[in-house]
Amino acid sequence: MSLSPSDYQLVVSEIDRDPTPAEEALFENLWSEHCAYRSSWPLLSAFDSDGPQVVIGPGDDAGVVELSEDVYLTLGIESHNHPSYVDPYDGAATGVGGIVRDTLSMGAYPIALTDSLYFGSFDQEHPQYLFEGVVEGIADYGNSIGVPTVGGSVAFHPSYEGNPLVNVACVGLVTDDRLVTAEAQEPGNALVIVGNATGRDGLGGASFASEDLGDDAATEDRPAVQVGDPYAEKLLIEANEQFIDEGLIESARDLGAAGLGGASSELVAKGGYGAEIELTNVHQREPNMNALEILLAESQERICYEVAPENVERVAEIADRFDLGCSAIGTVTEGNYVCTFEGETVVDVSATFLGDGAPTEVLESTEPTTPTEPSLPEISLREAFESVLSSPNTAKKRWVYRQYDHEVGNRTLVRPGDDSAVLAIDACDDETGIAISAGADPNWTEADPYLGATAVGLEVATNLASKGATPLAAVDCLNGGNPEKPDVYGGFKGIIDGLAESCSELSIPVVGGNVSLYNDSSSGPIAPTPTICMVGVTDGFETPPAGLPANTETASLCVVGDPTIAGTARGALGGSEYLAQLGGEDTFPDPSEGTDPGAFIETLSEVATEAHVQAVHDVSHGGLAVALAEMVTDERGISATIGGPAHERLFNERAGRTVVATTDPDAVTDAFDGVAPVATVGETTDDGALTVHTDADELVYDATTISDLRNVLEAELE
Amino acid sequence: MIAVVQFGGSNCDRDAVQALEQLGYTAERVWHEDGLPADTDGIVLPGGFSYGDYLRAGAMAAQSPIMADIREHERRGVPVLGVCNGAQIGSESGLTPGAFTTNERARFQCEHVHLRVENAETPWTRRFEQGAVISLPIAHGEGRFEITEERLATLRANDRVLFRYCDPNGNVTDGANPNGSTDNIAGVLGDRDTTAVLMPHPERATLPSRRQAGTDGQGILHGFSERTTVIE
Repeated sequence: MSLSPSDYQLVVSEIDRDPTPAEEALFENLWSEHCAYRSSWPLLSAFDSDGPQVVIGPGDDAGVVELSEDVYLTLGIESHNHPSYVDPYDGAATGVGGIVRDTLSMGAYPIALTDSLYFGSFDQEHPQYLFEGVVEGIADYGNSIGVPTVGGSVAFHPSYEGNPLVNVACVGLVTDDRLVTAEAQEPGNALVIVGNATGRDGLGGASFASEDLGDDAATEDRPAVQVGDPYAEKLLIEANEQFIDEGLIESARDLGAAGLGGASSELVAKGGYGAEIELTNVHQREPNMNALEILLAESQERICYEVAPENVERVAEIADRFDLGCSAIGTVTEGNYVCTFEGETVVDVSATFLGDGAPTEVLESTEPTTPTEPSLPEISLREAFESVLSSPNTAKKRWVYRQYDHEVGNRTLVRPGDDSAVLAIDACDDETGIAISAGADPNWTEADPYLGATAVGLEVATNLASKGATPLAAVDCLNGGNPEKPDVYGGFKGIIDGLAESCSELSIPVVGGNVSLYNDSSSGPIAPTPTICMVGVTDGFETPPAGLPANTETASLCVVGDPTIAGTARGALGGSEYLAQLGGEDTFPDPSEGTDPGAFIETLSEVATEAHVQAVHDVSHGGLAVALAEMVTDERGISATIGGPAHERLFNERAGRTVVATTDPDAVTDAFDGVAPVATVGETTDDGALTVHTDADELVYDATTISDLRNVLEAELE
Repeated sequence: MIAVVQFGGSNCDRDAVQALEQLGYTAERVWHEDGLPADTDGIVLPGGFSYGDYLRAGAMAAQSPIMADIREHERRGVPVLGVCNGAQIGSESGLTPGAFTTNERARFQCEHVHLRVENAETPWTRRFEQGAVISLPIAHGEGRFEITEERLATLRANDRVLFRYCDPNGNVTDGANPNGSTDNIAGVLGDRDTTAVLMPHPERATLPSRRQAGTDGQGILHGFSERTTVIE
């Protein structure tokens, strides 16, 4: 790939000469789809990023929201899709490293990670290999740097066969007085690189991420994948803390895509300034590196800081204390972005033009087709139940999160394996917790990009509200195929509009995000995938569990938000695991039909922590049948009756539903009056079994059998 | 003052300080290159990945200059507790017997385990009954305790085993052994009762507000109540 002829012409007409080779390479990378969001930018205005809690919206290294007075959270998300296909271990590991540095460069301390992972069919050898490598890469990196991985999601879908997705999000904690941005503050200040030495790794990563993956990508593109060094990252975390403690930093930007050239030019451009940088000042790992290599290498674990001249020496001392390299490479200026190499000028362009000059365009799109008439499989209820419950998508994810240190930092109140993780934030005066949930469902957005994405937004919010949390803010990672294909672009547009609509309806500002296009391989484009990572606030540290607690009295089971049980809506099976496993098609259930999603979330977050509530569990993948099965434990069982058409009522995946186990069902019904339908479908039992009576058949499964059916990942991989 | 020794790559140092402070102790993170402060009367070797654990876990930190200082304090009876990577450093440096190596499953494991108190006569276990079952989190990839038969017999004879992995009812079984440790051993004493290492994390089960984790770690950290001030 090189700069396209039209971009080249644009550059020539702006700078009035032919660009130098270094300039051409800079433009090629910074104007790539990956960095410049050329074909997604016009669509992203659909997102609402305002709110009284928003301190810094999209455009910086991470979004910042206020949690309580002077206590802020940073939220960031990043994709590392192509590198994880080529080299799953290092590709995923460096994804973690990047998003953590985006947190550091805001002055924040990273307190939680989530990983949303998407692979081809689990029963195929190659996706399994990628899955194992990605999980190990995340584990080794995240565990080493002492940031707990508390949540995320794993989905298997044939469209990811030749192009897995790794979407990593990080939550950071920062106080008002420590906050730093990526906006250069003052000409004359020094630009200082702290961290690993620069080598020839990861050259051209940004442009590599902006092309389809070829069949030979796994071998051909290996030089474009970086190798992570979590030890250096951990030292960088410590050094960064001390820089901020001592007030030494004016602005900061992580060196990610397009390396030093990207970070330094973006930093000064944001402040409306330029820079003078001598590239030979950069501390290097390899001899004889040329200007272009120093400028564009994506060596990991490096941050570019703007430092006042009088503080440069102290920054160098601290870096040295933590065994990190440090070099003052140049200064912030009022002029152009200028780089010299051994005194000779190799780059001299406007930083603003470099950062913002790439033309954006709305590409041709076609409306995705969605099924109109149901065509459903003929199968027994028991067979359907077992097939859905034992699908890798609904299976227990313990095999994954057991490999992640999810407790380091001593904040974890609710561990992975529940609807959301919950963390204690001691920096707040009262008992304030944050709930974190992340994910997307390719079955949903493949069936209906727009409605599927609204369902993703509502589903993740329901995960938070089921813990009694009120959603605060979100970041998104929008993954699509080749945007030059009108049907792919149409689907991509669908997920953006759907997710934006859902977040607006729920009044959840989207404070940052990431776009990853060209997720296309010889096995075709991926299902458009709108990963969202959402954070909510809990009032107090007490949250209801998702599973039924032992030693409790008999409780009623209320299904909230489900008009199909009341018989006022059909349980459309489109996008369900039921159809994915058994074949057939159906329309996708519109989650806002018959309920007010905003009021549902608000009411649920209030009801969840009331004294009469024993457990709350969100209904999603696998439908009501799977939700009920997941609540059963060895000590406590469920006896429920679902009348009417059993298959559609038990397996539809309409978002915005939850099961509440309560000793006061009337209180639940009253609370949701006028907001969402409430149906009492049964009660808890002391036999540790799930019994579901239907008009067709009866399902009876004890906790051990349910656990065995849901154990497919561990059974295969251990 | 309890010194929580921070090596490059330590990552449970802040948690240890927080847990000790919660219990009323004065604790401080001490960067390994700065040496132990004069008022050090207790030492924690915290969890993490010292030097990235790029060699054997704990092997590099065990060679660090501060270890001589730590040994000196240890010999004078200053309580020393090694947790997780700190346990690996303890065994690599010879403070405690045996070695910790790659888990049987060869994967990192983060989960809660049950431990049986094997010797309740030490500063670290005095708050538990002999044979009591406690619950603590583990988070390690190299926590399998290995020791020769002969030395194991000596450990047993001298009552040096602190904790063994067990089921919730206190039965020491293979199924309850998370990492393949010899004889289910999770924690051991050094030459003195004031020196102990264990793979599970007491500091993660100390804060009362973290209800899912429980507070069984408090009893272990209270071993520092028997600390002695170093007299020069």
